[in-house]
Amino acid sequence: MIRIQTEDFDIGEQTRALSAAGDTGAIATFTGLVRTSGDRQDVRALFLEHYPGMTESVIEDLARQAGERWSIQAVRVIHRVGELALGEQIVFVGVASAHRGDAFAACEFLMDALKTSAPFWKKEITEDGESHWVEQKASDRDKAEGWRQD
Amino acid sequence: MSAVVTVKFFARLRETLQTDELELPIGEQATVAEVIDTLARRGAPWDVLKGEQPVMIAVNQTMARPAHTLEPGDEIALFPPVTGG
Repeated sequence: MIRIQTEDFDIGEQTRALSAAGDTGAIATFTGLVRTSGDRQDVRALFLEHYPGMTESVIEDLARQAGERWSIQAVRVIHRVGELALGEQIVFVGVASAHRGDAFAACEFLMDALKTSAPFWKKEITEDGESHWVEQKASDRDKAEGWRQD
Repeated sequence: MSAVVTVKFFARLRETLQTDELELPIGEQATVAEVIDTLARRGAPWDVLKGEQPVMIAVNQTMARPAHTLEPGDEIALFPPVTGG
C-alpha cells in the first residue's frame, strides 16, 4: 500500500494493518518527523512538493525491488505533502516479514532509496515568511548507493 | 505534422522559470539533451538548465538520461535532486 497524502497518519493503525498480512513474525517500521533542530534556527515549517504519478510509480518499483531481494509479506509507505509544522510526521515505511532480518533490511532499503529517488522536494519556511529549497545531502546519496548490487 | 512533447518543471526550477509546464515541437530522433539546449538558448532564466545546479530528467515518469530519444507526446520532467523522506 502506497499513499501520498496531506493528512497525518496513525502509526498504530499502520502497524496493525501490517500484522494482518498472514504468516508474519516481524514488523519493522520507520517514521520520519520534521526535525525541530534543522540546519537553520528560524525554520517554522516545511512545504513538500511532489510529482504526482511518478512518485507512486517510483515507490511501487522500490517495493517490488525489496520483494525481490528479501522475503517480505507486506509493505506500507505513506508520504505526506503540503505544509508540515515542526515535529509533525512526514513519512512512514513499514515492512512485514516472517523474520526480523528481512524486515529490518527491507525497511531501511526502502527509506534510503526513497530519499534519493522518489520525486519529493522540501522547502523550509522561516519565521519571517521567506522560504528556501532544501539541498540533497551527499550522505543520503551515499546511503542509497550502499544498497546497489552490481 | 509536427511532433510535440510536454515539458514539466518542479520545485526550484519551476519557481526560477515561472513555468510549470510547456509544450515544445521536436524533430525526428530528438533527444532530451536537445530539448534542454533549445530551452536554455532562450537566455535568462532558462540558462539555469545548463548551469551549475544539477538537473534531473524523467521521461514518461521514469528517470532518463540526456541521450534518451523522444517520441511524440512524451512527457519530460526536469527537476532538482530530490529531497523527500
